[in-house]
Amino acid sequence: MVPFILLVIIIGSVLFHLYTPWYSTPIASNWSSIDSTIELTFAMTGAVYVLVLGFMTYCVIKFKSTKKRRADYEPESKKAEVILTVLTTIGVAGLLAPGLIVWDDYVSPPEEAMPIEAMGQQWYWNFRLPGEDGILGTTDARNISADNPFGMNENDPNGKDDILIEGDTLHLEHDKPVKFLLRSIDVLHNFYVPQFRAKMDLVPGMVTFYWIRPTVTGNYEILCAELCGVGHHAMRGEVQVDEASDYQEWLSDQLTFEAIQEQAMLERDNKLALNKSN
Amino acid sequence: MSESIIPESELEEVELYHPKSWWTEKVFSQDAKLIAIQYGLTAFAIGFVALVLSWFMRIQIAFPEMAIISEGTYYQFITMHGMIMVVYLLTALFLGAFGNYMIPLMVGARDMVFPYLNMISYWTYLIAVLVLFVSFFTPGGPTGAGWTLYPPQAILGGTPGQETGIILMLVSLCIFIVGFTMGGLNYVITILQARTRGMTLMRMPLTIWGIFTATVLALFAFPALFVSAVMMLFDKLLMTSFFMPALVEFGENLTYGGGSPILFQHLFWFFGHPEVYIVALPAFGIVSDLISIHARKNIFGFRMMVWAIVGIGALSFIVWAHHMYVSGMNPYFGFFFATTTLIIAVPTALKVYNWILTLWKGNIHLTIPMLFCLGFIVTFLNGGLTGLFLGNVIVDVPLSDTYFVVAHFHMVMGIAPVLVILGAIYHWYPLITGKMMHDGMGRFHFWVTFVGSYLIYFPMHYLGFIGVPRRYYEMGQTEALYTSSAADLNVFITIAALAVGFAQLVFVFNVFWSAKNGEVAEKNPWKATSLEWRTPEQPPIHGNFGKELPVVYRWAYDYSVPGAEDDFIPQDVPNEKVTLAEGYSELGVEKT
Repeated sequence: MVPFILLVIIIGSVLFHLYTPWYSTPIASNWSSIDSTIELTFAMTGAVYVLVLGFMTYCVIKFKSTKKRRADYEPESKKAEVILTVLTTIGVAGLLAPGLIVWDDYVSPPEEAMPIEAMGQQWYWNFRLPGEDGILGTTDARNISADNPFGMNENDPNGKDDILIEGDTLHLEHDKPVKFLLRSIDVLHNFYVPQFRAKMDLVPGMVTFYWIRPTVTGNYEILCAELCGVGHHAMRGEVQVDEASDYQEWLSDQLTFEAIQEQAMLERDNKLALNKSN
Repeated sequence: MSESIIPESELEEVELYHPKSWWTEKVFSQDAKLIAIQYGLTAFAIGFVALVLSWFMRIQIAFPEMAIISEGTYYQFITMHGMIMVVYLLTALFLGAFGNYMIPLMVGARDMVFPYLNMISYWTYLIAVLVLFVSFFTPGGPTGAGWTLYPPQAILGGTPGQETGIILMLVSLCIFIVGFTMGGLNYVITILQARTRGMTLMRMPLTIWGIFTATVLALFAFPALFVSAVMMLFDKLLMTSFFMPALVEFGENLTYGGGSPILFQHLFWFFGHPEVYIVALPAFGIVSDLISIHARKNIFGFRMMVWAIVGIGALSFIVWAHHMYVSGMNPYFGFFFATTTLIIAVPTALKVYNWILTLWKGNIHLTIPMLFCLGFIVTFLNGGLTGLFLGNVIVDVPLSDTYFVVAHFHMVMGIAPVLVILGAIYHWYPLITGKMMHDGMGRFHFWVTFVGSYLIYFPMHYLGFIGVPRRYYEMGQTEALYTSSAADLNVFITIAALAVGFAQLVFVFNVFWSAKNGEVAEKNPWKATSLEWRTPEQPPIHGNFGKELPVVYRWAYDYSVPGAEDDFIPQDVPNEKVTLAEGYSELGVEKT
């Protein structure tokens, strides 16, 4: 019974893996290299799993206690230990080396990547694009107010043309690399789109980053992947990957910081005028 | 591995403190064995609370439309479940319970070297547990910050229990660490100072090596948690900014500024990763001994096993940031910590090989403790291999913070060590109570626990591949991710979890039922070699050994020695007293 159940577990696990309906979502970014490292890791660890447990099951069948049986007395075998150490080390190095090469890629955004800020707060997403100058203006959590939800530094000329998106949908242009600059104004969050395979925490007080190149147009959900309070599971957003023309159309509808400020000023003047006329 | 010159004893024995009243005998006892049982019962009691919390969590995940608990309660339950299981159950059981019971007996001492301090250690632990438990009944309830208690959210308004729950949690942890330090120093000093004559370090059973190394780790690691708890208390109560940058709480600017949330994470995991091994190393040690005893064969590669325990312990202090690959720390740390993390896989893998090579050519008795050992190897191997996914920094990126992580750590540091604990209880129950546990109930308990846990956690990894984040109160309406089949899988996992939970009730029943009605255990029923079975009385009384302390002549693994009639030679039996098998003139030498 014991070896039988062990065999069912070993074979069942392999079959489950081969036929599982639950596996990675279709990839929509350049990080297919991450998927390859996962496949490599699965192949190697799967082989070890089957071999080691298969051998254990064999031992349980072959060396099960009987009245006559007496165990061998063999304190150690240097040879076996050296061989196993070397093989394991080679296997581990074989996993680590390709992993580190892809990681190097992951933390080295290409020069041409467009910086886009994703800003998290309990429990929604806002975004900021750099505008025509290609540079995001500086910000500070201390500047945040009802009139300035992004905490923009009003004296920074780079910030004037920044495009502020107060909404939970971000559009990206197909095949153009982007460097996400991640900022939180309250607690930890994590900007995670399963189809992009990438993620990174947002940490208040600092700016973190990662980069991707979206390779498939469509709508993808942003999931917060770092516990951020009772609304954590509901902190969703959307990334829409568009063809260039659709993207430009969307972009032209968005307002810059300067435009928003002017609008606010206008409204204030109107209100004042209204108050006066009353 | 036998015989060497046994040194003369250099010091007179000091008389133990003997209790003078019922209170000092049964309650405020200084006997390590009773303290061990107090630790064990308290840990199981609070652990049972954590188990029940997990039932509510699983029902919520499987049947979100029922909304059996609210969002806030859900986050409070996951937090308390995690913290209780890791610190108040596993750490306390392995070190407080097994450490106290086994160290003096296995090294041949009458008690711990500081029995009074040992007693205080337990009562301090009990206070820590009570403080934690009280937080369930305070306004706002216990903290819901996740067991990692990451600031800033742990002390801000969006998190349940930020009124008093978080304060009680931090205070309780501090008390726990104070209590542990008293006990931990005791364990280390007893092992170094109070071994009986002939018990060299390399003759100690691996159980003691595991507990010893884990205790040293804990003494180094817990202070990091202590300071982070104190600093967070300051941030919460005195508005300091150790971990708090300038930030906004629901539109309101707070006065914090300049602190670093990532600093907390470094401190937490500087404790938290060794903590994994604080739980794993005693399990490694115990399982080595159980396999050896029940396969009637010496542990394979004993010296390698010792060095692997020590090596893993040392390495465990330089891998902590693999919990932080996507935390926003300097990305170049990833190269270093991925390398150290994968290096630690080598000694760990060797241990697995050696357990199985111990079975090779053994004489395997499929007793309940042996079944638990086999279950441990399966789950530990599984969890160890998925550790190669998460340790390899780039593979961690898509999987981090998903159910893959939940499945991984439950397999490797939840189920695997718990299977060892359960196996060890079946193994040592006759020593502790003098009775055998009921075999049928025990086998039922094993199969449901082992197979059930595997069915919970093996498929759970695949939810992580879909991308389901952990710590979600409900999955919501996400077309791409949460197909109805994933919801079905969650229902399946919940049913398996409830079945495993039920089996634990059978176990608890068996523990109490057998204490009264169990078959009386014969002396040393498993025919083990180590000293805990060599006491004049079973169960051993205060002072453990008779008039004379035992003298040790050999390592703890003389099973099936060629030439000996029995298939085991206890550690305190010299060569000349071994009954030889027919045809042998001395051990290992056949008559010519």
